[in-house]
Amino acid sequence: MPGFVARRLLYLVPVLVAVSLLTFFIASLLPGDLAYVILGDQATPEKVAALRHDMGLDQPIWWRYIGWLGHLLQGDFGRSFRTGQTVLQAVAERLPVSIELMILAELIGLAIGVPLAIACAVRNGSAFDRFMTSTAFGMLSVPSFLSAILLIYLFAVELRWLPATGYVPIGEDPIGNLRFFVLPALTLALAEWPGIMRVLRSDMIATLQEDYIALARAKGLKASRILFVHALKPSSLTLITITGINIGRLIGGALIVESIFALPGIGRLLVSAIYTRDLIILQGVVLLVAAGFVLMNFIVDLLYAVLDPRIRHGHA
Amino acid sequence: MTGPALLSVENVAVDLPTPRGNLRAVDQVDLSIGAGRTLGIVGESGCGKTMLSRAILQLLPKKARLSGRVMFDGQDLVALGPEPLRKLRGRSLAVVFQDPMTSLNPVLTIGTQLIETLQEHLELDGATARKRSVELLAAVGIPAPEQRLLQYPHQLSGGMRQRVAIAIALSCEPKLLIADEPTTALDVTIQAQILDLLAREQRRRHMAMILITHDLGVVAGRTDEVAVMYAGRIVERAPTPVLFRQMRMPYTAALLAAIPKIDAVPHTPLPAIGGRPPDPTRPVQGCSFSPRCRYAAGECYRTKPALAGAESCDHQYACFHPLASATGFRA
Amino acid sequence: MATLELGIDADVAAGSVGRPRRLGSLFWMAIGWMTFVFAAAALVSLLPIPSPTDMDMLERRAPMSALHWLGTDGLGRDELARLIYGARISLTVGICAPVIGITIGGAFGMLAGYFRGRFETLVVGSMDVLLAFPPLILALAVTAYLGQSILNLTCILGVLGIPAFMRVARAATLSLARREFVIAAQALGATHARILLRELLPNVFLPLLAFFLLGVAVTIVVEGALSFLGLGVPPPTPSWGSMIGEGRESLEIAPRLAFIPAITMFLTVLSFNLVGDTLRVFTDPRQGAL
Repeated sequence: MPGFVARRLLYLVPVLVAVSLLTFFIASLLPGDLAYVILGDQATPEKVAALRHDMGLDQPIWWRYIGWLGHLLQGDFGRSFRTGQTVLQAVAERLPVSIELMILAELIGLAIGVPLAIACAVRNGSAFDRFMTSTAFGMLSVPSFLSAILLIYLFAVELRWLPATGYVPIGEDPIGNLRFFVLPALTLALAEWPGIMRVLRSDMIATLQEDYIALARAKGLKASRILFVHALKPSSLTLITITGINIGRLIGGALIVESIFALPGIGRLLVSAIYTRDLIILQGVVLLVAAGFVLMNFIVDLLYAVLDPRIRHGHA
Repeated sequence: MTGPALLSVENVAVDLPTPRGNLRAVDQVDLSIGAGRTLGIVGESGCGKTMLSRAILQLLPKKARLSGRVMFDGQDLVALGPEPLRKLRGRSLAVVFQDPMTSLNPVLTIGTQLIETLQEHLELDGATARKRSVELLAAVGIPAPEQRLLQYPHQLSGGMRQRVAIAIALSCEPKLLIADEPTTALDVTIQAQILDLLAREQRRRHMAMILITHDLGVVAGRTDEVAVMYAGRIVERAPTPVLFRQMRMPYTAALLAAIPKIDAVPHTPLPAIGGRPPDPTRPVQGCSFSPRCRYAAGECYRTKPALAGAESCDHQYACFHPLASATGFRA
Repeated sequence: MATLELGIDADVAAGSVGRPRRLGSLFWMAIGWMTFVFAAAALVSLLPIPSPTDMDMLERRAPMSALHWLGTDGLGRDELARLIYGARISLTVGICAPVIGITIGGAFGMLAGYFRGRFETLVVGSMDVLLAFPPLILALAVTAYLGQSILNLTCILGVLGIPAFMRVARAATLSLARREFVIAAQALGATHARILLRELLPNVFLPLLAFFLLGVAVTIVVEGALSFLGLGVPPPTPSWGSMIGEGRESLEIAPRLAFIPAITMFLTVLSFNLVGDTLRVFTDPRQGAL
């Protein structure tokens, strides 16, 4: 196992470096802009040149990259010239909200998808199975902002059960906090459950045809035990991978949902940074999110090995 | 046959609907086996022997249709509800499958797979179940049994895995063990060991056993009675020594002749049975073996011969032109 | 959100084991809808439809009438006109972006699968880096730095699709390159180019096409999402996404302003998904979703 982890870590490093390179080079496409943007109305050629010199923008690009990287490794991601906050501070403030949203969304998605998948696998070929599979397929064509509009219309406008926007920290008011999260998390979950259900269903159908399931039945074990212990565990490998990848993709989806529902998370930070042309925040946040994405995939790989002992021992 | 039959398969047929038509996997089979006895079922791949074993266990695929009766210990398994059936399986009725790599769950430890059976049927607590599992593993000849409990199937060799499968099957002291090609997936050197293990455990526990195989050599000397299957039917049945001394059905004789003999003259061509087993979706009119049988004539192509015994009801065969002279060897 | 999940779906054979389906009624309905939308978008200038940007402040949020078949939006613009012109935009971006993906990604994938070795490692590795970015974030970042325009949007969405097409092409090529007809061609002295173009390309084409249709569906969704936030197609050009975004303001008064473009978008995306998936089942039954 330690060998496995070390090998994956080794792969991680060049990917992270490449990610940082990509982020930096996109950001430096129009360096002139940054100085103009900061100065705004007060931009004159002399001031721009002076500011560019101050910020080191007139130096060769490789040098600037090294400098930036150096700052990064010391924990200095830059400071927003709009709000004065450092990137890390801004992210730290918003991170809990985004994480809460993604976790809730994934949990609801699993709560819908997993039971449906098991039920469909067991009743493979039945009318119920075909209906659920078609519904799942249809749901994949409904983007999250459409679900959001629908949910808002239904629950906030017509029924008035839940608030459409707003946020209260969980520390202050747990119930209120969850109330604000229901619609956003449900929106994301509606986009997640079809993928989860499809994957788990097909894996379970395949697993249920395996010899070891036949033997488990021949041993006279209870159906629930066969389903949840013998069948679910080997089938859940792809599901775990998908869930892990999903949490990474949720970052993108969360962006939209946070904007729609006015939740102060990372996504909203990014979007507002774009609106206000706060390029330093933008650059830092993109890097952090991408790095987080990469790390997430790395953890998923590890989890995979934990679940399937064959991979751990290098057999699969 | 001494005593009432433990298992009595009566006129069982298994039909499978396929896109190409109905597939009769098992065609009106009658079998029985008494307590403590061993029955060998021999046949080529696709002759229906595995389907027959699944029919006995009531573990047929969803689409399959079963007709007939399977009397086990006085109860008709076909008529039994799912819950009593489940209690029977693993407890009184056990099975060992062909390939232990696929029949053992790869993501669960050996210990889990042993203990769960014990806990389900004998309701043992965790510690007792563990202790019994260790004893079982030792009894089937696995060294260092305590360590094995925590290992996964892929960490054991093929022969050891099959021993584990046997241990699982024997764990609740079944009355009948069905071993479906238990050695086919194993090295030749291990095969004899596994078969000896099965025979030893059977004697010790006074357990009935059905040994399913495609290899006549396996049943010689290890079974009390042999039934030969072809195209879903039993074509010959006799106590083992009787069968080997005097085979009646040409198919059985051909099967025996096809076994390579260690004392044959070198470079003797191996007598293979020409042709192929019939396509089960296109039943042959008349005797199913007739296209490949060198004694086939007239009636063989028109009517299916019934399983009957001319001399004694012990030795039955389904053939219009049974072999008359002694062609077998001493078993 | 179904943002560019192309890459993942290609690898994870997440489909029910489907027998190749005959083209059912759903398939033809999807084709019908797609044709209808295309025709409307292409021929809109010939139809008696008002301009999508003409504002009539006296007739804001007007209900459906003979003058405005679907009513007007918050700024008095004709809803039907915006819907059809929006279709133009969404379809243009939706198709052109995957075209970039399929040509560049498909080419790299075929070359990587055919030549193997270091070149393949390089290609796969760099695609992995691109995939390391959450796609929506990258799209946002690029449009933020380069400015919002339809061209920029199309380009970045196209680039984001390259890894997925690369994977499909590479997988198809890998399985084909070892078949007899390729070895035979090589034995006959055919050049690499000839083998790639004459032998492999026709066989790789169908799976790529299926993927292309799915890619169109995804691109329409992503463009819609960006426009919804006001970060995609720049106003006043209509796009379904921006119409839905604007319609959100009027949910209480005139929900149709959000729902009409929403339903249109949903039906279009669904149609592309259906046709693409049916094609996918035809070319590789394991990959179908239905």
